[in-house]
Amino acid sequence: MPPSFEVIGFLGIMAVSYIAAAAAALLFEDDRARRVTGLLSAAGALSGMGAAALGLAAGRSSVLELPSALPEAALEFSLDALSAAYLILIGLVAVPAAIYSLGYGPERAVGAVDGALGRHSTGWRPARAIVPLFLLAMSLVVLANSVFTFLLFWEVMSLASYFLVIGRGDSPENLSAGRWYAGMAHAGFAAIAAALWLAAAGTEAGRFEEIRQAAGMLAPAARHAVFLLALLGFGSKAGVLPLHAWLPRAHPAAPSHVSALMSGVMLKIGMYGLLRVGLDLLGGGPPWWGGLVLALGVVSALGGILSALVENDLKRLLAYSSVENIGIIFIAVGIGLVFQSYGMAGLASMALAAALYHAINHAAFKGLLFLGSGAVLQATGTRNMEEMGGLIKRMPQTALCFLVGSTAIAALPPLNGFASEWMIFQSLLAGAAIPYPLMAAMMAIAAGTLALTGGLAAVCFVKAFGIPFLAMPRTAAAEEAREVPRTMRLGMGLLASACVLLGVLPFAAAPILSRAFFGMPGLSDTPAAFRLGLVMEAGAGASAISPTALALCLLAAGGAIPLAFRLAGSSRALRRAETWGCGRAVQSPRMEYTSTAFAEPLRRVFADLYRPAKTLDIEFHPESKYFVRSIQYQSRIRAWFEDAVYRPLFGLARPLAGTGRLIQSGSLHLYIAYIVAALLALLLLARWM
Amino acid sequence: MIPWLLEALQCLMTLILAPVLIGFVRLLKARLQGRRGAPLVQPYRDLAKLLGKERVVSTQASWIFRAAPLVLFASTLVASLLIPLVAAPLPFDRVGDLIVVVYLLLLGTFFLALAGLDTGSPFGGMGASREMTIAALAEPTIALAIFGMGAGAGSTNLGEIVARTLANPGSTLSSGHLMAFAALFIVMLAECGRLPVDNPATHLELTMIHEAMILEYSGPYLALLEWAAQMKFFLFLALLCNLVCPWGVAVALRPGTLSVAVATLIIKLAVLAIGIALLETRLAKLRLFRVPELLGVSFLLALLAITTSFLVR
Repeated sequence: MPPSFEVIGFLGIMAVSYIAAAAAALLFEDDRARRVTGLLSAAGALSGMGAAALGLAAGRSSVLELPSALPEAALEFSLDALSAAYLILIGLVAVPAAIYSLGYGPERAVGAVDGALGRHSTGWRPARAIVPLFLLAMSLVVLANSVFTFLLFWEVMSLASYFLVIGRGDSPENLSAGRWYAGMAHAGFAAIAAALWLAAAGTEAGRFEEIRQAAGMLAPAARHAVFLLALLGFGSKAGVLPLHAWLPRAHPAAPSHVSALMSGVMLKIGMYGLLRVGLDLLGGGPPWWGGLVLALGVVSALGGILSALVENDLKRLLAYSSVENIGIIFIAVGIGLVFQSYGMAGLASMALAAALYHAINHAAFKGLLFLGSGAVLQATGTRNMEEMGGLIKRMPQTALCFLVGSTAIAALPPLNGFASEWMIFQSLLAGAAIPYPLMAAMMAIAAGTLALTGGLAAVCFVKAFGIPFLAMPRTAAAEEAREVPRTMRLGMGLLASACVLLGVLPFAAAPILSRAFFGMPGLSDTPAAFRLGLVMEAGAGASAISPTALALCLLAAGGAIPLAFRLAGSSRALRRAETWGCGRAVQSPRMEYTSTAFAEPLRRVFADLYRPAKTLDIEFHPESKYFVRSIQYQSRIRAWFEDAVYRPLFGLARPLAGTGRLIQSGSLHLYIAYIVAALLALLLLARWM
Repeated sequence: MIPWLLEALQCLMTLILAPVLIGFVRLLKARLQGRRGAPLVQPYRDLAKLLGKERVVSTQASWIFRAAPLVLFASTLVASLLIPLVAAPLPFDRVGDLIVVVYLLLLGTFFLALAGLDTGSPFGGMGASREMTIAALAEPTIALAIFGMGAGAGSTNLGEIVARTLANPGSTLSSGHLMAFAALFIVMLAECGRLPVDNPATHLELTMIHEAMILEYSGPYLALLEWAAQMKFFLFLALLCNLVCPWGVAVALRPGTLSVAVATLIIKLAVLAIGIALLETRLAKLRLFRVPELLGVSFLLALLAITTSFLVR
């Protein structure tokens, strides 16, 4: 069905605003470029959300085909409920990130705390132009309705984010991150392209409708191959273990509002791809598909949070925590696919809605935390938590926002992380009713892992908030930190309120969650298995909680307690004094617990997984070894797992790359000759066919 | 009107009985160790005394330090509205289920750990790190126990679980149920900072966990923390009793049934308290890095509980 006039209008405004934003970044000077680009990007994201709202309300998919000379390369878009849900997810982070970028200067070199390098220095202009293009590409990926369109914008999305990761290309750390990212993104692209072409083999133009109809005729082996390739490709974009190696390198390297977009949104585009191909185009498969996704999710959730726990770089910690959350989302997607293959349509809808809910919630709190880390980076010039401290007194509003994000991501009630994890737990619980003991036991183990992950996330975010923001500043840079500009605080404030609202008023997300999977095969269109109202119900109303009432109770109790104490005649005297330091005269930051020390107990408990290496050098006094002159302690955690997986692959790839280098001379003439040769070969091939 | 009164009754019972329960355990322990011990009402006197003292707040502390006791107390108090102490289902039954209860208690721990870091004292950080570690490692056991009970009752709401157990009394003696009880009991010891995980009576720097975290607190703040910890202990024990042995809990709201419910609850709590006092006089505190092994045992018990429930259905 062709889209309505309004939808075309909104989508048109979206595309035009993004392109204009990119142009403005190149045309205007520094401060004006920042302002115009930011505002136009926000406008683009808002119109995308407008189109999505109309699409959700319409309850049907509308298809838009752009005219093109070649039928195979026609650009075709469609707005259905799933695309609409993801457009809203993109806008949820893109709007605050764009507002935030108005005040966000280029990241200062790590360690440099020079005011001259602050927000008015010249950023790398093209980078600012790439951000809106990145947003446009992500929006068009979720709107794509043919293999060609999908792959084209997928690649634009990957390339745009690659350039944002390497930035000006003058830092070896960023370049190395970029190489990891480019390599893995393209391996993933190859897998996705193979999957989609395989699925579209029998169709005329590779339209998604054609694939949907043809999917039933595919041989089982081909279906499995399509699914596995798609899982490989989309899994690497989503960052599930063991395909996550690029993620903790690339996300921290990008500017923080881009990190927010990459972690908060782009990972979910990988999840979108998996849902689109596995659920929509292929129409689901045997239970082991879901089981495999579930197992990947369990491994990623646990592996991600364990890595995050021992990290001292604030942005890397957040990146690893994204691996954890993608794992949680994959757990829910996996259960959904399992239910769907057993024909339990209502429960499948519930699990998938839970997955989408957590994806939206993660976009809100991880976007917020990355923006917060950017504010801290701008104020202190470092990402190392051991060099921060006491920021809550210097940046009170940033601290409050970061606290909201930390509480939400630790899945504590009544914020949004809790609401979606509750729904995922309920889906797992419903899985206990599956008549195959092995699958049911898997659900129990997944529930245990989910809880362990939640507990470890709480530890991790006590550390991620407590070490940088509380106690005394550990360095002069932290001592001199100042609150960031108002626009940045507004961006963070928007996401912080989203975290509160999505948790306390879950029915705000209900229109998206209950309609997103409308018309998908094997799911119920009117899911009775869950309801998001003032009371959240799961398992057809068997279990219920009300985050709204809970929040009210907590507020009432929190307000009544001081009142009651005052009535009971409690003392109101208050004296300020130094922290007790075992009789030491001066309280210094050196006495504070460090980030490494905070994670030490868990590092010991999971020593078999971390395999920490430590060196201890003690220099004794020549007189007696009971007196020590100096102690040097070094402890490192090597990513042995990555070594084990990727080293052999590198060994394999290096000789191949050497061979490939033979044709890369760097001479422009030769490349033109290649193009001519390729054109001739293609013409001959066309003739021969 | 009646439902609100019932919730108010639960709240008041938690507030009032929690200090006595701790006093009872302490008194029993003292007698078992051959001491005379403080009277039952000593915890009340301590709380009253703390209320009248001045608050000393570290110059390094931020508002987190002052907010944490409130968050902890409020979240514990709200949990007392959700746990069926005397009646099931409670009017607030659908406000929060067993998962909410557990995570509400974790919310308090989370803020208390932040407060531990806030003063910049090495003890605060150490206590925070250890307390959070133990809380995290206890999570999977709790989740599995909830999973087992929830799968049995078809719901995670406490009213439903209690009603199902009452309707099906044989299930309480099943191996799965007993193992879930054992697992939750171990977790309770860990979460409430009892021996052999933490020694509530110690102030020796390097062995304390909970006490290290709240070392900087004084006056009414400390009163709030102490009281909240006592309430948490009370609620955990009540939860254990009423999930495993719900008889006596009022299903119909009549004065007669309610007074029976209060009386049975007190008896059940007393039995559990005697068990804990005996255990604590017999056991020494474990080294910190042996605690994960204990929690590992509880996790295995819970896993066994679940797999047996799948196999025998």
